[in-house]
Amino acid sequence: MNFDLTEEQQMLNDSLRRFVSNELGFERRAEVIASGKGTDPATWAALAEMGLLGFTFPEDYDGLGGNAVDTMVVMENFGRGLVVEPYLATVVLAGGLIRDQGSEAQKAEILPAIASGERLLAFAHSEPGARYNLSQVNTKAEADGDQYRISGAKTAVLSGGQAQQLIVSARTSGASGDEQGLSLFLVDTAAVGVTINDFATHDGQRTAEIQFSNVAVAASQLVGRLDNAFPAIEKAVDLGIAALCAEAVGAMEAMNATTLDYIKTRKQFGVAIGKFQVLQHRMADMFIQTEQARSMAILAATEADSDQRAQRREALSMAKTLVGQAARYVGQEGVQLHGGMGVTDEMFAAHLFKRLTLINLLFGDADHHLAQVSDGLLAASA
Amino acid sequence: MDLNYTPEQEAFRADVRQFLEDNLPDDIRERVQKSLRPDKAMTERWQKILFDKGWGASTWPEEFGGPGWSPIEQLIFEEECALAGAPRQLDFGLRMVAPVIMTFGNDEQKERFLPGILSGEDWWCQGYSEPGSGSDLASLRTSAKLEGDHYVVNGQKTWTTLGQHADWIFCLVRTSTEGKPQQGISFLLIDMNNPGIEVRPIIMLDGEHEINEVYFDNVKVPAENLIGEENQGWTYAKFLLGHERTGLANVGQWKALMKRLKQVAREEQDGQRPLIENTRFRDRLAQLDTELRALELTVLRVLTDKRGPGPQASILKIRGSEIGQRLFEMLMEATGQDAIAHIPDALELDYTGPRVGSGDATPPAGDYFNMRKLSIFGGSNEIQRNIIAQLVLGL
Repeated sequence: MNFDLTEEQQMLNDSLRRFVSNELGFERRAEVIASGKGTDPATWAALAEMGLLGFTFPEDYDGLGGNAVDTMVVMENFGRGLVVEPYLATVVLAGGLIRDQGSEAQKAEILPAIASGERLLAFAHSEPGARYNLSQVNTKAEADGDQYRISGAKTAVLSGGQAQQLIVSARTSGASGDEQGLSLFLVDTAAVGVTINDFATHDGQRTAEIQFSNVAVAASQLVGRLDNAFPAIEKAVDLGIAALCAEAVGAMEAMNATTLDYIKTRKQFGVAIGKFQVLQHRMADMFIQTEQARSMAILAATEADSDQRAQRREALSMAKTLVGQAARYVGQEGVQLHGGMGVTDEMFAAHLFKRLTLINLLFGDADHHLAQVSDGLLAASA
Repeated sequence: MDLNYTPEQEAFRADVRQFLEDNLPDDIRERVQKSLRPDKAMTERWQKILFDKGWGASTWPEEFGGPGWSPIEQLIFEEECALAGAPRQLDFGLRMVAPVIMTFGNDEQKERFLPGILSGEDWWCQGYSEPGSGSDLASLRTSAKLEGDHYVVNGQKTWTTLGQHADWIFCLVRTSTEGKPQQGISFLLIDMNNPGIEVRPIIMLDGEHEINEVYFDNVKVPAENLIGEENQGWTYAKFLLGHERTGLANVGQWKALMKRLKQVAREEQDGQRPLIENTRFRDRLAQLDTELRALELTVLRVLTDKRGPGPQASILKIRGSEIGQRLFEMLMEATGQDAIAHIPDALELDYTGPRVGSGDATPPAGDYFNMRKLSIFGGSNEIQRNIIAQLVLGL
């Protein structure tokens, strides 16, 4: 039982903290967002240089052999500085899927390309109307000689408009809602029949709605086992949840720091407003919530790599529930304690609030995951 | 980072579990698991059994007769005790005054007082709060005047938990009115058999006699019963409160209670189905289970932190009390309208009279009412938030 970072993780944490605060400040971030590109080539190259883009890949594929705890360290720092780079989409989700499910050839081709920063990927899974239900997939992939033909629509594809390649979930058998019958395919975004609508998100990142009409994909582009992708999808989502939990903790820590700063300096009635007990207690509650969330982000990170499905899913759902609730609390309170300034675009707190809000909405909100935990209680009593 | 217990820790847990299985008397287990009325003899019997094993004080170092366990081992011990249905040991001696004596007492005091605490022979209670001094503890007025080789104590203490059984009371007393209120306080150990001490019961809202008022009328206390230096008592009191707060998270007990709540939810009927199938109830159970998991991990983080528990321990007191209160609330709600009947006699093991409801567990509304104390004692949760605001956040 120990909660210590390794010496390497501690070093990573220190250098990344410096890098984010020195190189990726609030104004720089605003420029990247304004560019509409969803990524800054110089930043992405610097992350590649630091080894972060292949951190969790095996060393044979230009990676560093890291795990979800390493990802936690990275994401917490990204959360603290609200980094808008497509790390979650490319490295954690798509990179994780290729690492865990890819063939030798796929790993050899794709992982080094991600690690070097030359290729962006995204994970196209959610569908309109599926909400957070992972098996609700209507996109179809039909065998056609030595290739598949994919048709359907995907929503909330994080960084989908920036990616060169997508990992697309599609039904190869069974009916929508079945866990059986799902498969994953690598699809080039430039392929004929792929239509991408790229949108900004409220928090400065990018999302895409993607249509596939009869898109031809070679059989060799199948990732993992035909018809049996569901466990891999769950695992990828769990890695994403763990990463988001860590990012939220970083953002909550930043929210507490900036709010604390504000209430120590902002004066009303002749004193710093932080002298008022009514604000002190709310600030104390923000701190308590953040520490509880941190405990759960650690749980998420230490469980996310596990292949013990039931235990892993319960831990990740508990984590996402509590972190989602804490993110909401800390986000709203942070804005409130800033007063009128909190609802202006110029305050860092407002941007932290938006990211914290969206994190709760991704890969299942607190209600969704609480229901998972709740149903688990029922199953345990059966 | 590794959230698994080591093989050694797992082996330790198995040892503790086996010991409890072999040595926890059935009548005590039943009394605890059914939340029956706590009993002095039971607490003393259990303390003696642990003492004979060498486990009388899980938190003490070997030097003073403790087992010298690591914080994680202490937590495992507590958790296993709670899960097995062992009664809570008396904190006032073991976890509150003992660390103060060990840290600030002289050798004579250590030899004189620690063995009786360890064996359970001496029952201790706490003399901190006064009618006019609750959260503003430093305003206390009970006075101790040095006259020759003894102090003369006059005043009144209140909320004295289980003081009706006590042989000794550790008191904060005023030895000086000079300077800031904190500066004139001393830490005094007082024999409850002294002439001039009167204990009067305060009946709590559940109808139980758990707390007392203690009156001191010209009580003579030998000067050698002063801990440390005169007028330095506030330092010792703060030290003690820090110890108390880490223990107040109560994770082991809450885990045992959560297990019981889940069991009750499976057994209680909600019309044609067991209560656990009621989604609204079950969702709240899941929420509480999730928060308890976060608390447990936070406790483990604090216990394994090499810097030791700082003011962050206030988080544990706040969350521990809030979660504990909700557990008792849900236990009450789980029994629905069966919870409304108040049958004080059913809190005894030998009760054979009529009951309400299907289970043989006493409807726990009394516990719910009683446990509102959790967020009030040991430094109210509002005081804990002040501590966080001032000492952690620098406000």
